[in-house]
Formats: sequence, C-alpha cells, structure tokens
Amino acid sequence: MKVHIPGPLRSYTSGAARVEIPGETVAAVLAELDRRYPGMRFRIIDEQDRVRTHIKVFVNADSIEDLSRVLAGGDELTIICALSGG
Amino acid sequence: MAGSKREATKTAASGAANGEVAIMVGTRKGAWFLRSDASRRKWALQGPQFLGCIVHHIVADPRDGKTALMAARTGHLGPTIYRSTNQGKSWKEIERPPAFPKVPEGQKGLVVDHVFWLTPGHASEKDVWYAGTSPQGLFRSEDGGRTWNGVAGFNENPNRSKWVWGDKDQTPDGGKMHSILIDPRDAKHMYLGMSGGGSFESLDQGASWRPLNKGVEANFIPTPDPEFGHDPHHMALHPLRPDRLYQQNHCGIYRLDRPSDTWTRIGAKMPKKIGDIGFPIVLHPRDPETVWVFPMDGGSVWPRVSLGGKPAAYRSTDAGKSWERQDKGLPAEQAWFTVKRQAMCSDQGAPLGLYFGTTSGELWASRNEGESWGCLARHLPEIYSVTLAGGRR
Repeated sequence: MKVHIPGPLRSYTSGAARVEIPGETVAAVLAELDRRYPGMRFRIIDEQDRVRTHIKVFVNADSIEDLSRVLAGGDELTIICALSGG
Repeated sequence: MAGSKREATKTAASGAANGEVAIMVGTRKGAWFLRSDASRRKWALQGPQFLGCIVHHIVADPRDGKTALMAARTGHLGPTIYRSTNQGKSWKEIERPPAFPKVPEGQKGLVVDHVFWLTPGHASEKDVWYAGTSPQGLFRSEDGGRTWNGVAGFNENPNRSKWVWGDKDQTPDGGKMHSILIDPRDAKHMYLGMSGGGSFESLDQGASWRPLNKGVEANFIPTPDPEFGHDPHHMALHPLRPDRLYQQNHCGIYRLDRPSDTWTRIGAKMPKKIGDIGFPIVLHPRDPETVWVFPMDGGSVWPRVSLGGKPAAYRSTDAGKSWERQDKGLPAEQAWFTVKRQAMCSDQGAPLGLYFGTTSGELWASRNEGESWGCLARHLPEIYSVTLAGGRR
C-alpha cells in the first residue's frame, strides 16, 4: 500500500514523501504507520478515532472518515493537510 | 519543518550557571532560546526550533535542572509534547501525549486540542508532571513526561461539565486549564485555575476538587457571588510562604492568605485610570510581599493591549497595599501589545531579573527588579510563553 505523507509529517519518515505500508483497512495502515513511526497516528487521528479537523485522508480520490474502510490491492492512501491557518 | 524530530538534534540554549541566565520563549511559530553572560547585559538568541509549531508552554524541571517539556502543536496536526533531558540542547517527542478517554460509538467524546500548561510535580515525586489542556482537562505523568493519563478526579468528575460551562462560551480558542500549583509542603495539596471556571483546590492529589472563588468578582455572570465560573487568568503560590496565593483575574488582582478561603482584591489599590486587568502575575522568589503585574486595557470592548499604548509593569512590595509604575525604558507611546499569562517570569538573581514577551514578538528584560527595561529581541512571532531554563517554575 502506497501512503503519501504530507510535508508536516515527513519528520517522522525521515523526509520520505511516500512509504509502503501493509494493511487491509485504513485503520490497519494507520496502526502500522504508528508502529513504524511512533506518535504519527495521534497527529492525524484524535483520541475518538476521528480524522482531525484540518487533516484529510483519501483512499485514491475518495475522502474518507471511516477508518474501517477496506482497502484493495493497488489502492493508495493520501494524507493531506487541509488549506487552513495563517 | 513543523514538528520535526530531526530538529531535535539542533543546539539550544541550556540552563544557567555562574550568574548566567537562560530563557525559553514559546511562540505561535516555534521556540527560541536566549542566554546571557554573567552580568545579564549581553544576550545570545538561538532558534527557531520547531519552526511553525504553536508552542504554548516550555517548562524546565527545577528538581533535576536538566529536564524540560514543551507543549506544542501545529495548525493541522494534533497536539504533542517534546522532552529534553539536557537543559534544552535537544528535544524528542514523547511517547503518549495527554488524551481524553475514547467514548462508546454514538457518544461525543472530548478531544485535546492543545496542551496549554505544564507543571513539574512535588519535589518528593521526581518523575511526576501535571498538564492542563484545552478543552479543560488535568493530566498526570509519572515517568518524567513520557506518557500521560487523565486525572479522573477532575476529567471524569460529574461536575466537570458544569465547572467548565459545558465546554462552550470559553475563550476564543477554547477553555484553558492553567496555574496547576503544588503545595511544596504536601504533594496532595493542589490548586488549579480555569479560564473559565474559576480557581479550585484539591487536598487529595486531584481525587476531588472544590471551588475556591469567594471574594472574586465575576461580572460576566448574572448570578451574584457564584461558587464557580470565574476567570482566573494566572495564579501563583509563593514558594517560601505556600499559604499565600496571588491571582490576576479577568476581574482584578487578588491575594489569598490561607487558611482563609476569601480572596482580597488588592487590585483595588491600583491607579483608577490603569485598573487591575491583565494576564500575568509574577512573584519575587525571596519576598512574599513583592509581586508584579502587567496591566492591559480591559475597558469597553476589551482591547487587551497596553493602556493608552503606554506599556508598564506595576510592582507592589507590600502584598498589594500599594503599587508603583515601572516603565523606564519601555515605549512611551504607540505600543499596543499584550503580555500573555505565561509570558512573564523572573530569574533568581540579586537584584532579581524580570522578563516578558509580547504579542508583537518583543522580549523585554530588567536586571533591576523592574526599575528599568531593555529589549532583548524583536520581530519574533507572537510570544505565548517566557520561562526560565534549567530551574525555577
């Protein structure tokens, strides 16, 4: 599974913009991301298991909120920091 | 890069020695560090670290002189805490930041937006820290700040929602738990401040809490003399006289001498044209009678800037019976900044050094207990926190 990492989170991946992470669901991919890059998941997902307000998670071109979404071979997960702030 | 772990290898200012002073500055866009020579006349500015991160509070641990914690977030990412074990030379993200419990599906659970306040625990509990969050929650670490758990006596207290106005109608970016104070004689005796909610006291290390707001005005609540709901901006407990507390409140400056539970409005002695509204309150570490505030304009629509564009600290050397203006060296006009509640501190020098940071990104210092001021740094981002490195709270 290709996971695209936004700039503010690349400190966790040693600068990598894309990493390969296995997982059958979005939740599983995020859990594995956190195992490999400790602390990363909580920056994306809050303690109620919701995608944080200014973060978007896409499976291919679909913005998703349901972390139980099942992934198919060839799907790509993209984590995006929403346009906001100042 | 926001929240970068790689930045953790950069060199920062470290704690003071031999008369040198090191100051840690948290801003809306990162952290900066300043270190003085022994005379406190020459200063070196280092930074930024964690550029782009919103740094609410950086606090050194006086118990070991080495550890420090930094409460940070970015505009996009969730909150976290960075930890240093070498007086701020390097920082590493902790393992498990404060977080509220997950609630069952279909219920609305609380989410920590940011960690607002950090307090080292009692001297006898060397790895204990406390954190106050927005929305308002109290968290405790027992491993030096690496992992955190909620203090159930507050976070799960059936009265919590009532105390914090249902987490609504709070300050613009959320209610703040702050001023977590530990009685140096008793680790179980604690105070905390809530904006809004009021001042509270615990005698059982946070298992239960009671309001401590008698005598404090709350002119934004229709109920006369409410038990809670007040807006303390900053509370401080004197380390040499722990029964004495001072408070800068939304509605004035107060002092409390225990065992009394009724605050006295010492701000009533401030000049009428200045008033007694502000955010920070700073105590003299060797003199319980001496206290500083930095008034702001709390009139009309609450501009929250220096009164008349003429900033000044005010000092009392008699526990609030009288006040004197201290503005020598500060801009004489057209200076419209605010000094936030964590953005003013003292060092331990003799005479005492004082430091404050402004919303306009200036860091000011006095080497003579406020008699005169000089600017140490300009053009920083909005300053949220100014604290002494390597030592005192």
